[in-house]
Amino acid sequence: MRSNASHYDLIAPATLDAVLEILAAEPGHYTPIAGGTEIMVALGAGRLAQKNLVSINQIKELRFIETTPSQLIIGSGTTFTDIRNSAIIQSDFPLLTQAASWTGSIANQNRGTLGGNIVNGSPAADSPPALLAYEATLTLISTRGTRQMPYADFHLGYKKTALAPDELIQSITLKRIFTGYIPYARKVGTRNAQAISKVAIAALALIQDDTLEDIRIGAASLRDRPSRLTATERTLRGQTITQDTIVTLISQARATLTTEAHPIDDIRSTAKYRAAVAANLLEEFLHSLMNP
Amino acid sequence: MPDPTQPASLSTVGTSPIRKEGTAKVLGQARYVDDLHLPGMWFGATVRSTIARGRITSIQFDPAIPWHEFTIVTAADIPGENTIVHLTKDHLCLASEFVNHPNEPILLLAHPDRALLPAAVAAVTITYEELPGVFTIEESEAPDAPTIWEPAAADHHHATAKNTFKTYLMESGAAADLDHIFATADHIIEGEYHTGAQEQLYIENNGVIAECVTFDGIVKSVTVRGAMQCPYYLVHALELVFNLPEEKCRVIQTETGGAFGGKEDFPSVIGSHAALLAMKSGHPVKICYDRAEDMASTTKRHPSRSRHRTAVSKEGKILGGEIEFALDGGAYVTLTPVVLSRGTIHAAGPYHWPALRIRAKAMATNLPPHGAFRGFGAPQSIFATERHMDKIAKVVGLSPEELRRRNLLALGGRTATGQVITDTVDMQHLLTRALAESNYHAKRAEFARTNPTSAIKRGIGFATFFHGAGFTGSGERRLNSLVKIELTPEGRPQILVASTEFGQGTNTILCQVAAETLHLPYEDILIAQPDTARVPNSGPTVASRTAMIVGKLVETAAQKLCVILTNSDGLPPSYSPADFRTAALAYLAQHGTLVVEARYQSPGDIFWDDENYRGEAYPAYAWAVYVAEVAVDTTTYSATCTDFYALQEVGKVLHPVLAKGQIEGGVAQGIGYALYEKCVWQKGHMANNQMTNYIMPTSADLPPIHVAFEEIPSIHGPFGAKGIGELPMDGPAPAILNAIEEATGIAFTEIPLLPEDIFERMTRTPDAGTEDLNPTIDRDTRVEPEVVTS
Repeated sequence: MRSNASHYDLIAPATLDAVLEILAAEPGHYTPIAGGTEIMVALGAGRLAQKNLVSINQIKELRFIETTPSQLIIGSGTTFTDIRNSAIIQSDFPLLTQAASWTGSIANQNRGTLGGNIVNGSPAADSPPALLAYEATLTLISTRGTRQMPYADFHLGYKKTALAPDELIQSITLKRIFTGYIPYARKVGTRNAQAISKVAIAALALIQDDTLEDIRIGAASLRDRPSRLTATERTLRGQTITQDTIVTLISQARATLTTEAHPIDDIRSTAKYRAAVAANLLEEFLHSLMNP
Repeated sequence: MPDPTQPASLSTVGTSPIRKEGTAKVLGQARYVDDLHLPGMWFGATVRSTIARGRITSIQFDPAIPWHEFTIVTAADIPGENTIVHLTKDHLCLASEFVNHPNEPILLLAHPDRALLPAAVAAVTITYEELPGVFTIEESEAPDAPTIWEPAAADHHHATAKNTFKTYLMESGAAADLDHIFATADHIIEGEYHTGAQEQLYIENNGVIAECVTFDGIVKSVTVRGAMQCPYYLVHALELVFNLPEEKCRVIQTETGGAFGGKEDFPSVIGSHAALLAMKSGHPVKICYDRAEDMASTTKRHPSRSRHRTAVSKEGKILGGEIEFALDGGAYVTLTPVVLSRGTIHAAGPYHWPALRIRAKAMATNLPPHGAFRGFGAPQSIFATERHMDKIAKVVGLSPEELRRRNLLALGGRTATGQVITDTVDMQHLLTRALAESNYHAKRAEFARTNPTSAIKRGIGFATFFHGAGFTGSGERRLNSLVKIELTPEGRPQILVASTEFGQGTNTILCQVAAETLHLPYEDILIAQPDTARVPNSGPTVASRTAMIVGKLVETAAQKLCVILTNSDGLPPSYSPADFRTAALAYLAQHGTLVVEARYQSPGDIFWDDENYRGEAYPAYAWAVYVAEVAVDTTTYSATCTDFYALQEVGKVLHPVLAKGQIEGGVAQGIGYALYEKCVWQKGHMANNQMTNYIMPTSADLPPIHVAFEEIPSIHGPFGAKGIGELPMDGPAPAILNAIEEATGIAFTEIPLLPEDIFERMTRTPDAGTEDLNPTIDRDTRVEPEVVTS
């Protein structure tokens, strides 16, 4: 423990309203802490700059999975274990179930929350590629009220988000419109468990009569933020995918991916490796569509 | 479980009783050093160098810190010698003028409030006149390299050249004829192989608590307790630092959460530091490193480079060889010459070499000193030799199996040190059994058929090797180990040894040996926690020596105990546990105490020549064939070990469950060594000193590990036992890379082999040059075309 715990202040209000009041009273003074799987690591390493923490771990209003005929609403305080255990997520949003299973250890999954994973803003985070593929909508809440925004607009840069200092993510909404889509998810981490992504892809495709009617590709660790590979999607959308076209299609898709992937060299991997493997994953995905 | 009422079923050797300290560990009652608190105890921390090499020009203390509350120790406070003694005295306890590696200890701080220490450490600013450093074997040996280390005159028997800690020249057989042998051989096969550093990653970091008694400012005695393998190593370190006689330096091993060699020599450093703070503060002082400090600052496995040049006949018989073996020792000598020695001897492998010359050297670099780690040099040189054997096979046109069959040592053969093999082990049989039980031939054929159309390339490979048990050569004679058994007031035998339990089973197997010898139930035997005020020096707990050497001494001492009780008329010839207790209590009533001892005596047939490296290098060897199956995913360029089979002949297996656990753990560690664990160095700093980025395999990355033993009793160990602790570290890496070559056709020569390395190699364009095998010189153009055997 390299931090002096006495230099830190942690409060744990009983209700969501009380939390929002505190955030509104002095925006930026308090940093919300949910499962703490990121913040406690920084505290242990002696590099947690935020000295004042407001716990939202105990706020039950943020921990729910609500299903309607047309959508699924996930409270931001929902843990990865909750997500893994949800039958409806498993059936309608398998990419998200898979992403939850990739996250850290079982202990991390018991504590870590979907909202925390989003707000933390790591480009390597496990759940964002799936949420991007499913075109999630975020509901943000503050004493000023709630607002909704497409998740695709949330990440503004490296660890920069659209969240105002007095706001929390209240929930994540997914439309239940993906019947018939073929899912593909693969994480390439430093090992098979308890690993941070070197590169990860979560993708969906809808094929009718050999035509790629729709395709959505979310990616981790290819840019400074979680990102959707929109140019690659455009290249592929509407194209015929058959034995005759697949080779050309793959080569076009790989070429486009190269233009929009901007990975980096870091302690975990190299930019070259990440770009090449991302293209290989894309190729594997397209091949998988031939024999769904 | 043995039934104590039935003497006939008392046998415990070869069964798997519950480990002695197991219940306390499972129940969370075992107390590790950081669970302990002494009255008035303070906490210590270490201020370390931030650069790799330089002269200290100033030390400044930020006035924002209330320094009067702290105890600050510098080199000037050391009452004895400023040294951590190992084989030489180049390693300072605290740097005073120069630093030679990042994270070198310079100052020590202590304070009653542990939470205040990290900020205080950060508030000490040290400036340097930086000097150029060297960070690899190649940089250190370069003719124009800066001189970062020079041998003291007293150490010229180790080495005389700059930056060179130690050299060995080992010549075997017709080494003088090597020029002629190479000139006339059908094939000359060359290869260069590299291995990386590896972190031990014991679960419990290094930690100690020290106490110091002073009178009129003079240190009278010191006591250090903590996690460690070798209490008497720390005693000897303290003797010098405090200028005290041995009996005034007391060391107590606390429950130790793993070690793997990482707590062999390093406790001498942290133990001396805590004792200095205790001396100056007047309080007991605890120092426990956190993971980041432990990884950045303590010893790791030596990186290595091996160069092989081998003369081979067209029939695949090894005619002669030259091996250059080099280690990166880090900034100070520590145990490096001994690691180099074991690596040198094991470089020959279990093969017959008609002529062999090995030149070995250990180079200084500006990295933290490398130290002991399970295998101790052997995994490095065996990796190279076993990769090279597969290369020879390919060039000669034999299968890896057939090449080995034509060169394996057998009963009556001589090892490279000239030792006659008297073990009745049959490596040909081990190889046959291992390949059969791992389904090697069928899998090899299957993968050859399926790989061309699969994105996942599978392969199967193996390594054949041996590992010497006990200290090398005359080492055991010098250790002169002593073991005692005493009777407790209740009449129970209690083993007194400095041999430590750190998860591997020392307590359990030594008690089994005593129980078996005394015809008592395992539960009746006690073993004392190692405390040098109480236990004799039974030697360090290293080198796969405890079961064989210390176990044998326990057996001898137990026999003496039995004889004394029999001769005192108390113990009938065929006795029950109750009879034993009656006799023991009667003896104690008459004599007060009973303590028996046994001291190591060199077996008559062990001879070793330290000058020329000839003779009986080890009393006994464990022999093994390990088979690895791999899958290389061409989508992600990652290699995974998908199945593993480990067959070994280790003499009598004392405790099958613990032995199997040792093998499984060692194989897992070996898989990490081969495919995952990479120390990323930046100017001597370990950049990935956290478990998030230093990647050790998890259970999700490991294959099923099938463990099989053959048991041929050895005369050197109790009930025929030999050593097994280090053996399983040797085989996995070469077996895995041999399998990867089978899978991909690419001859990788370096570990750790990460996906990025495989990617670079698989995607390299042809005109970028090649590192593919075939730096082969065919002396004979009449050589037959290569026969590919499957």
